[in-house]
Amino acid sequence: MKLLQTFALTATVAVATVLGASAPVRAEGKTITLCWAAWDPANALVELSKDFTAKTGVNMKFEFVPWPNFADRMLNELNSKGKLCDLMIGDSQWIGGAAENGQYVKLNEFFDKEGIKISDFMPATVAGYAEWPKGSPNYWALPAMGDANGWTYRKDWFARPEIREEFKKKFGRELEVPKTQEELKDIAEFFQKRQIDGKTVYGAAIFTERGSEGITMGVTNALYPFGFKYQNPKKPYDMQGFVNSDDAVKGLEFYKALYKCCTPPGYSNGYMQEGLDAFKSGQVALQMNWFAFFPGLYKDPNVGGDKIGFFVNPAQKEKGSQLGGQGISVVAYSPNRAEALAYIKWFASLDTQKKWWALGGYSCHKGVLNDPNFKNTAPFAADFLVAMDQVVDFWAEPSYAQLLLAMQKRVHDYVVADQGTAKGALDGLIADWTKVFKEDGKL
Amino acid sequence: MTNQTGLSGLVDRAALVTPPVVARRVRGLSERAIAWLFITPTMLLLLAINIFPLIWTIRLSFTNYRANRPNAAVLDVGLANYQSILTDPDVWAAMTVTARFVFWSILIQTMLGFTLAWLIDKKFRGHGLWTTLILLPMMLSPAVVGNFWTFLYQPQTGLFNYVVSAVTGAPASSFQMLAQVPLAPWAIVIVDTWMWTPYVMLICLAGLRSIPDYIYEAAEVDRASPWRQFWSITLPMALPFIMLAVLFRGIENFKMFDMVNLLTGGGPGSTTEVASITLKREAFEKWRTGYSSAFAIILFVTVFGLANIYVKALNRVKSR
Repeated sequence: MKLLQTFALTATVAVATVLGASAPVRAEGKTITLCWAAWDPANALVELSKDFTAKTGVNMKFEFVPWPNFADRMLNELNSKGKLCDLMIGDSQWIGGAAENGQYVKLNEFFDKEGIKISDFMPATVAGYAEWPKGSPNYWALPAMGDANGWTYRKDWFARPEIREEFKKKFGRELEVPKTQEELKDIAEFFQKRQIDGKTVYGAAIFTERGSEGITMGVTNALYPFGFKYQNPKKPYDMQGFVNSDDAVKGLEFYKALYKCCTPPGYSNGYMQEGLDAFKSGQVALQMNWFAFFPGLYKDPNVGGDKIGFFVNPAQKEKGSQLGGQGISVVAYSPNRAEALAYIKWFASLDTQKKWWALGGYSCHKGVLNDPNFKNTAPFAADFLVAMDQVVDFWAEPSYAQLLLAMQKRVHDYVVADQGTAKGALDGLIADWTKVFKEDGKL
Repeated sequence: MTNQTGLSGLVDRAALVTPPVVARRVRGLSERAIAWLFITPTMLLLLAINIFPLIWTIRLSFTNYRANRPNAAVLDVGLANYQSILTDPDVWAAMTVTARFVFWSILIQTMLGFTLAWLIDKKFRGHGLWTTLILLPMMLSPAVVGNFWTFLYQPQTGLFNYVVSAVTGAPASSFQMLAQVPLAPWAIVIVDTWMWTPYVMLICLAGLRSIPDYIYEAAEVDRASPWRQFWSITLPMALPFIMLAVLFRGIENFKMFDMVNLLTGGGPGSTTEVASITLKREAFEKWRTGYSSAFAIILFVTVFGLANIYVKALNRVKSR
């Protein structure tokens, strides 16, 4: 009798689970929590998600953590199998660890069942935000927020005749958006300590932050164009001659030169917010930052509108921009998996994606990005497309944090603290990364 | 004598001070049993939040465990973590940074703290107000202090640079306290000194106020000069208090994290990366739980060992 009862109970739970997963969700009064970083696009998502609540009756709660603490807080949550987040918009580099440690729900079957085509999304974003292992058709996220590193500049300063004239006299060319990294440095150097409207201004705000990921996300924008590669394309994890190639050394030396010549005083620990502050306060002519901030900057009453211009990270030997952005995943420990999956389904639809872009989020949907009118929808839209076409991401291995921290230390020691040489820093980086891959059994 | 030591001794002592009324009220229980009843919750709490984590940390320090890889096999690695830490140049660099920070901050704080205490002890007009004002920094949260000084050190707009500029004539933005390798460690020492000198002052003041007036009166009768009185009476009698302040500040500064994290994050480069920052990175960013447990044990043993040696020296000074 007891066995029968147990069987009946198990069967009921199983049926309920299957029905719960497949039936359209109309769970009035239920609440799910979405976890992300606290920044402009998160506010747009709050607005967008009201439609989801209206459609399904599922209430949305948001847990937004400021960027400097985002990885610590959320990885802690995942590692402790916490139930705070039903949905996670996690950084692209987390995908390997989250997939291998069973922290994200694999979405392949769900996509197949719901008719969600991953091919509807830009390939670079699928590779960056959704796949693990890279290049395999295993999807752990839906591309949610496309992003890449780009630049803003003071268009109004660039347009001033006296400045243009002086620049032309000095460099023999017009003061225009830089086409190469060297041109970018020329411009930054030109503006460094220049007096504009009675105020001393500086060349460029670049990423130099030591604590989390800042300087790595910045220096790679110089390394990629100069020819840095993470590994031998024919032999994974073979880094000798790629990470520390002559081109990579030149790229690292270039970034240090840019830091030394052209940043505001004391700019040794600056990341996104410090860049925004420097640009918004009229302190710098150029700013390195993520495209995600560009809608907000364009609306800024002091430096936005006609005063601001945007450009893609310039090439040197080749093209390359650091990939940013995130995919949206269902957390494996969530007790509200059906509702979380329903959110993904709703978010993947073209109508939602169109509204997402309109509100200030960066859609990765081809239906939005390939629209002939897309380039005209915002002054940075065309650049975003170009940037997403040349993105390169950092390692997304399960040990990405160790790999990242090693690079933070090596690069900051060389660029900011003036210790050693560029070649020494990159050789040391290979030694650090080799140690990590050996510990992981990949070498 | 033997039953007066350890847990049993503690219970016996507790039983002795248990009021007989209580024992009478709880029928059937001996005084010793009642004492156990009272002590057990505290003991359990201590075991749960102190002893068990310590034992667990020691256990983990001999494994390759990583908290972010619940599915990975946990292997015993013997002393490999300890060996790896003790031969890691980065760890030694962090320990060196920590030692320098502890040495300089304690030296300056002790000298300033004692001087302030000595001045306050003179009981001049308004000394109460001055004492309160001097104590203010100590009452602030380290997080607030860290953020506050980050602004003060800002090379273009920070007050610190302007004051230095006004005094020395050097341009305010010509030096960057938090961004330059030679200056960043001193920036942290300055903030720590600003915040914790009052604490040292308080302890020293207690020491100075504990010296009976009649000793000075006797010295006056013997026509001892103020300088002689200071070296022969004030300093020796206040020394145990000064040493106590050094002990407290030494332990605190050895594990300093918040201020360094907020001011420099360990930078520029690794110039200000103290041991606790390295430990945090290993434990909660790289998630090398076994390795960082071994590191924590090494730090614990170092502080515990040094503190023990120091306490013995302190007791010798007190018994003189």
